[in-house]
Amino acid sequence: MKYLTFATAILAATAAFAETPELTVYTYDSFVSDWGPGPGIEGAFEEVCACDLKLVGLGDGAALLARLKLEGARSDADVVMGLDTSLIAAAMETGLFAQTAVEAEYTLPVAWSDPVFAPYDWGYFAFVHNKDLTPPANFRELGESDVSIVIQDPRSSTPGLGLLMWVKAAYGDEAPAIWEAMSDNVVTVTKGWSEAYGLFLEGEADMVLSYTTSPAYHLIAEQDDSKAAASFDEGHYMQIEVLGKLAGTDQPELADMFMNFMVSQAAQAILPTTNWMYPAVMPAAGLPEGFETLMVPQKALIIAHDEVTAVREEALAEWLAALSQ
Amino acid sequence: MARSSLAVTEVSISPKAGIGAALAVLVLIALALAAVVSRAELGGGLGPADWAAVRFTVVQAAISAFVSVLLAIPVARALARRRFFGRGALVTLLGAPFILPVIVAVLGLLAVFGRSGWLNDVLGALGLPGVSIYGFHGVVLAHVFFNLPLATRLLLQGWQGIPAERFRLCAQLRLSPRAVLRAVELPMLAQVVPGALALVFVICLTSFAVALTLGGGPRATTIELAIYQAFRFDFDLGRAALLSVVQLVLAGGMALAALWLVPVLRVGGGLDRAMLRWDARGGLQLLGDGLVIVLAALFLLVPLAAVVWRGLLGLGQMPGEVYAAAITSVWVAMASIAVMLVLALPMAGWIAGRAGGSVEAVGLLGLSASPLMIGTGWFIVINPYADPFDFALAVTVLVNAMMALPFALRILVPPMRDAVAQYGRLSAMLGVRGWRLWWVLLLPRLRAQIGFAAGLSGALSMGDLGVIALFADPERVTLPLQMVRLMGAYRMDAAAGAALLLLTLSLGIFWICDKGGRWRAET
Repeated sequence: MKYLTFATAILAATAAFAETPELTVYTYDSFVSDWGPGPGIEGAFEEVCACDLKLVGLGDGAALLARLKLEGARSDADVVMGLDTSLIAAAMETGLFAQTAVEAEYTLPVAWSDPVFAPYDWGYFAFVHNKDLTPPANFRELGESDVSIVIQDPRSSTPGLGLLMWVKAAYGDEAPAIWEAMSDNVVTVTKGWSEAYGLFLEGEADMVLSYTTSPAYHLIAEQDDSKAAASFDEGHYMQIEVLGKLAGTDQPELADMFMNFMVSQAAQAILPTTNWMYPAVMPAAGLPEGFETLMVPQKALIIAHDEVTAVREEALAEWLAALSQ
Repeated sequence: MARSSLAVTEVSISPKAGIGAALAVLVLIALALAAVVSRAELGGGLGPADWAAVRFTVVQAAISAFVSVLLAIPVARALARRRFFGRGALVTLLGAPFILPVIVAVLGLLAVFGRSGWLNDVLGALGLPGVSIYGFHGVVLAHVFFNLPLATRLLLQGWQGIPAERFRLCAQLRLSPRAVLRAVELPMLAQVVPGALALVFVICLTSFAVALTLGGGPRATTIELAIYQAFRFDFDLGRAALLSVVQLVLAGGMALAALWLVPVLRVGGGLDRAMLRWDARGGLQLLGDGLVIVLAALFLLVPLAAVVWRGLLGLGQMPGEVYAAAITSVWVAMASIAVMLVLALPMAGWIAGRAGGSVEAVGLLGLSASPLMIGTGWFIVINPYADPFDFALAVTVLVNAMMALPFALRILVPPMRDAVAQYGRLSAMLGVRGWRLWWVLLLPRLRAQIGFAAGLSGALSMGDLGVIALFADPERVTLPLQMVRLMGAYRMDAAAGAALLLLTLSLGIFWICDKGGRWRAET
C-alpha cells in the first residue's frame, strides 16, 4: 500500500511538472470515431490551448451519465460532452457538475440560458430510410405497418430516450398503446446510436431512429442521395446536445476554455459535416451545401426542463412494459 | 468408509491447504453476496421488466436445453453406431465449444445466420423471406450451437457405456432397430438425458455474452444482462443487487439439483470405439446416420469456417488497440491459471483424501454464482476505499479462476485419488509429506491432468466476457471486450480479425498447457 501511495505521488508529481496539461473529455462513441468530429475538434482546440485534449468515447449519451455516477467524485473527467435536454435534470441531481459562464449568440430554435450546460449542436429525431421505401406518416401508421425499425435503448442512448419523449410529447397517456403497436416492428434495441445505424446500413431493418440531418451525411460525404428522413405529422422531437464541466476537475480553466471553444466559430463550423447536426451558433458561412435538401419538420416538439424527469421515469416504465411482453 | 479414513491418516496430504482454498472461495463469494444483499432494496421489489427478464431467462434456458439434447440424441446415436474417416476428429471437435470464446462463436453465427449472412443469401436467391438472428430465437440458436456438442458428448458416453455384448445379444435375437432402441437404448437415455438437460439448463441460465450481443432489447434480456443494465445504464446498485440475489437462488438451486443428476464428464479416451451394430446395417439406417452426422458437422463447422475466413480478410484492418487488448488478455489468462491451480490443487488433495464430495459443491458454487453478481458485489466492497476500476483486471482474474474451478476439480480429483491409493502408503512409510509429497509424488503423477485443467482454465479466461464488461474502461480492455466494441462500431472486418486472433490465442493457450502437461509424461 505504501508503495502504491509512493508511486501515485511520483506520478502525480510528474503530471504536474509535465509541460502540457491534459484535459479529459468524456463523450459518446460516434464523436471520437475517425469520421466523427473528434479529430477536427482535437486539432483545432490543441492549436489554441497548449494542452493535450483527451476525448474518451464511452458508449452513448445516456451511458455517459451512468458512467459518471459510477465513478462519482473520483472521475478523471474534466468535461462531459454529449448529454442532452432530456438528461440535464438527472445530471444536475448528481451534484457532480459545476457552473460555467459560456456566452454565445445561439441560433437555437428555443431560448437558452443554463448556468451549467452549454449547447453545442441540435437536431430533430427522425426515422431514416432508403428512398425506395414509402415511409409511414406517423407512429400509428408505423405500428400498423410491417416496416421494421431499429431503435436504441433509452437507458443508454440519448436518441433512444428522445424517442420515448417524442412519443410521450405527441401522445401523452396514449403512449403505451402506441408502443404496444410498434413493439412488433422493432427488430432489435441497441445500446447506442452507432450500433443501430450500422445495423440499418447493413440492411437489418427498413428504418432506423436517427436525425433529420443524417441523410446529409450520405449526400455530402458519400454523394449518395438514396437516404431520407421520414416526416411524421405529429411533429418531431428536438434534441439539444450539451456539454458541462465537472466540479471535480483539476483543470477548471482549461475546461472553461474548452466549453467556450465548442460554441466558437472554429468548432461550430466543424460540427455540421462531422457530427451531422445543426450548429448551436450559425457559422458565418451558413449551413453547408446539401443541408437545404433536408426535411424540416412541420412542428417541433420538446418537453419543458422541469417536467422532463417525471416524464422520463413514466415513459421508461411504459416502454419497458410494452417491449418486454 | 473405514478404509478411506484409514487412507487419510496414512497419507498425509494436509487438508489445511485444501480447507483454506475452499474457505477463500467461499469468502470471495460470500463477501460479494453480503455486499450485494446489503445494498439490495428488498422492499423495492422487481418491476415488470425484471420479471420479464426472469421469465425469459428460464424459458430460453429450458428451450435451449430441450432442443440441444433432443438434437444430440440422433447425433450421438449415429456417432456411436458408425466408424468413418474423420470420426475421431469430429468427436474431438465436439469438445471444442468448451474452449471456444462465446463472442467468437456469435460472430461466426452472425456471418451464417445474420440478415446479410450466407443463409439469408441462399434464402433470398430462392425467393424466400429472410430470417433474423436477433431476439429469442437467436439466443436459443447460439445456446444450441454451444450445447449440442456438449450434450452429444454426454450421450455418446452413455452409448459407449452399453456393453457390446448386449448388441450382440440383440443381433442373435434378430431384434429390429426399433426394438433395439426400446430394449437397450431408451433405458440408457432415461438415465443420461435428465443429467444432460440439467447441465445445459444451468449453463444457459447464466448466459450473458450471447444475450448481450444477440438479445433484442427488453424482450430478450437475461437476468445477467439485466444486472449489467441496472449497473451500467441506471447505476441502480439496489436493483442490480436484487437481481443478483434472484440469479444466485435460481442458478445456485438448479446447480445443486444438477449435481445429483449430471453424469461425470470424462475428458478423453474411450469415445473412439465404434460398436459392432448388427441392427444398424440397413441402407436406410446408414443413410439416416450419415445425414445426421453431416448436418451436425455443418452446423458446427460452417460458423467456425466463417470466423476463420472473415478473420483472415480482416487481419490487416485491426487497430492497434486490438493488440494491446490481446496482451492484456494473455496476462489475465495466465494469472487466472495460476490462481486456479493454487485453489484447485489443495482442494483436490483434500477431496481425494475424503470419501464424500462436499468440497466439490463449493467448486460448483463458483459456477452458479454469477460473475456479474460477484463483480457487482466487489464493486460495492471496493468502492468506498479505492477506485474499483483499478481492480477490474484483478477481479476478472479471480472470477475466471473460480469459473474454471468446478471443471478443474472434476479433472484433478480422480487421478489424485488413484495416486493416493497406489502410492500413499509407500510415501507415508518413507516419511514423504508436506510439500515434498506434492513435489515427489502428486505433481509428477498428475502432470497430464494439471496441464489439461490449466489449458481449459486459460482458454475459458481468454474468451470470457463477463465481469470485465461491468468495469469496462477504454484503458483496461480484454480482447473479447475489444471485439464487442468493434462489432458495436460496426467495424465487422476488424472484429472478424480480432475474433481470429482470439480464437488462435484461446486454442493456443489450451494446446500449450495440454501438450506441456503430457510432454514426456510416462502416464
